[in-house]
Amino acid sequence: MATLTLAKAINEGLRSAMERDPKVLVMGEDVGKLGGVFRVTDGLQKDFGEQRVLDTPLAESGIIGTAVGLAIRGFRPVCEIQFDGFVFPGYDQIVSQLAKLHFRSQGKVPVPVVVRIPFGGGIGAVEHHSESPEALFAHVPGLKVVACSNAVDAYWMIQQAIASDDPVIFFEPKRRYWEKAELDHDATPPPLHSAQVVRPGSTLTLVGYGAVLKTCLEAATAAAEDGNDLEVIDLRTLSPLDLEPVVASVRRTGRLVVVAEAPSETSVASEVAARVQEECFLSLEAPVLRVTGFDTPYPPSKCEDDYIPDLDRVLDAVDRSLAW
Amino acid sequence: MSVPQPWPPKSVATPEDLVVALHATDEGGADLVQLLTPEGERVRDERFDSYAADVGVAELQGLYRDMVLVRRFDREANALQRQGQLGIWVPLLGQEAAQIGAGRALAPMDMAFPSYREHGVAWCRGIDPTELLGIFRGTDQGGWDSRATRFHLYTIVIGNQCLNATGYAMGQKFESKVGDGPDTEATMCFFGDGATSQGDVHEGFVWAAVYDAPVVFYCQNNQWAISEPTERQTRVPLYKRAQGYGFPGIRVDGNDVLACLAVSRWALEECRTGNGPVLVEAFTYRMDAHTTSDDPTRYRLAGELELWKLKDPIERVRVHLVRSLGVEQGYFDEVAAESDALAERFRRFCMEMPAPAPDRMFSQVYAEESPLVAAQREAYLAYHASFEGA
Repeated sequence: MATLTLAKAINEGLRSAMERDPKVLVMGEDVGKLGGVFRVTDGLQKDFGEQRVLDTPLAESGIIGTAVGLAIRGFRPVCEIQFDGFVFPGYDQIVSQLAKLHFRSQGKVPVPVVVRIPFGGGIGAVEHHSESPEALFAHVPGLKVVACSNAVDAYWMIQQAIASDDPVIFFEPKRRYWEKAELDHDATPPPLHSAQVVRPGSTLTLVGYGAVLKTCLEAATAAAEDGNDLEVIDLRTLSPLDLEPVVASVRRTGRLVVVAEAPSETSVASEVAARVQEECFLSLEAPVLRVTGFDTPYPPSKCEDDYIPDLDRVLDAVDRSLAW
Repeated sequence: MSVPQPWPPKSVATPEDLVVALHATDEGGADLVQLLTPEGERVRDERFDSYAADVGVAELQGLYRDMVLVRRFDREANALQRQGQLGIWVPLLGQEAAQIGAGRALAPMDMAFPSYREHGVAWCRGIDPTELLGIFRGTDQGGWDSRATRFHLYTIVIGNQCLNATGYAMGQKFESKVGDGPDTEATMCFFGDGATSQGDVHEGFVWAAVYDAPVVFYCQNNQWAISEPTERQTRVPLYKRAQGYGFPGIRVDGNDVLACLAVSRWALEECRTGNGPVLVEAFTYRMDAHTTSDDPTRYRLAGELELWKLKDPIERVRVHLVRSLGVEQGYFDEVAAESDALAERFRRFCMEMPAPAPDRMFSQVYAEESPLVAAQREAYLAYHASFEGA
């Protein structure tokens, strides 16, 4: 067992994948000497060299577009996008090439590229540094989208994403980068595209992913003091969604609250709500509620405590569901 | 604004007028590499003659044959679209020399990244013309094995492939395929004058330069990006842009197959030996519409086309073969007969292509199938089957 931060867990996961497969490359802005602005790639260039860890020119379309070419050549590039709001210059390459080449070639040209994106707010940053654009990727056929919420998952999920022959958009909860967990390097991780029950319960199902998962767990602890036994599920995979554990849970609890930091309209949270009502219509005791960011651009950072779903807003939704 | 040009031309141009016109399209015209004039005269070029030194009568006949056959199936495809057999076709008419010259310069282990008009390069990579049809008939979005042929699938989003090609070339370099070894490789990226305005082309140039990637950026400047002339894309001759990125740029007469072959061989050799990247601007002309959906009469004068017809890429080779190399009419008759047979096979194949089954749309979305897609396929096929016998 080792105690390590989420950032260090991804670093160790990358290192492990690079040691295992010489075709794995890390590429992005400042990922080399600096080790990335969040130090996630710290020390990798020193140990693997400049042809495995590439400090790229400052252009996101270039990062993704050349990664696609390298993947066609047989490499497994892991691209770092420095901040969520900077991915959009690369969005064309992600949607037009990365997502579609497997289908266009009918499987002859796999493009095993991982795009790492630190996402979400809570760090007091300026505009474009705190966004949650996951729905924009989950909506694109051909992409797989995952979000880790803790160091242990991060360590395994980054390696599983790299091993996947599909392109994976890998969201990292940036305000949790420095939170620690105990990692057992010899454990067997669950499959990448699986949701996990992280706290069993019977009264209400609380679903989240990424940084708000911790808020969900805190809400469950607080609710327990009021005698409410919440089941908390970490979605982990946003495309494809793994709703089997959620559906099984809601059939028992009859109540679902979905928590996400992204705006609600046409979101991952909305998709969960829609699919669960299809599957669990006769089990539901209350409408599915969503606790999300607002349908505004991400606000100035002095407002972000109001924007990001917090303990009170989650508990408020839990109460509303239970009172139905 | 551009300097007013004498227009329309006063009379049918002389050969001298044509060469002047070709050179006068901008101030960089004097740099144009040409080995075979529009009148079929072989002209000497100190720098590039050696790259065409092995092209004797048989080899030039081969290039002629390539161009005739490619033009023939291109015209056939155009006709098939008009008859409703294809949804759309993207004609290459006029660009045969630019594509065959480059395509025949590629070595088997080199990689090519096309846009969507490179039917001539596809031909050179051993792809049967019938394999191109699926995209335009709507039965497929690819159709050939891009790994085996080392000819990537067509890229329709303008300029995207310049980054993909650069990444691929970076991979060739990382795998030590650049230098003086026996198994060196290069990549050739095809795009047009319109694409040069795209950010991806700029970024491709930046990346390739920074990583010394062995990639030849082969720009076919056919003068028109649908309705927009080159002056809507650039203030400087396109090949001169390379200088700003720190690598050589060269302009070749894109209607001269011998010059395109020689310049492409040089450029690929530069890349294989570690002197890449290189920008080649093949100065040519789109003699037909952008696609079969386009109507060039809305934006360009017929006289312009007439002028370029006199610089036809095939005719100058035919004239040279006859006048300077004594090739007999029998050879041209053979090629004509071969092209007729190809057109017939192409046409028959097209008309017999089956529509894909409904489950095609669910096929190979992912390497590891998504349960969502699997469920949708199952549900849709069941729905579909419910109509059987109804």
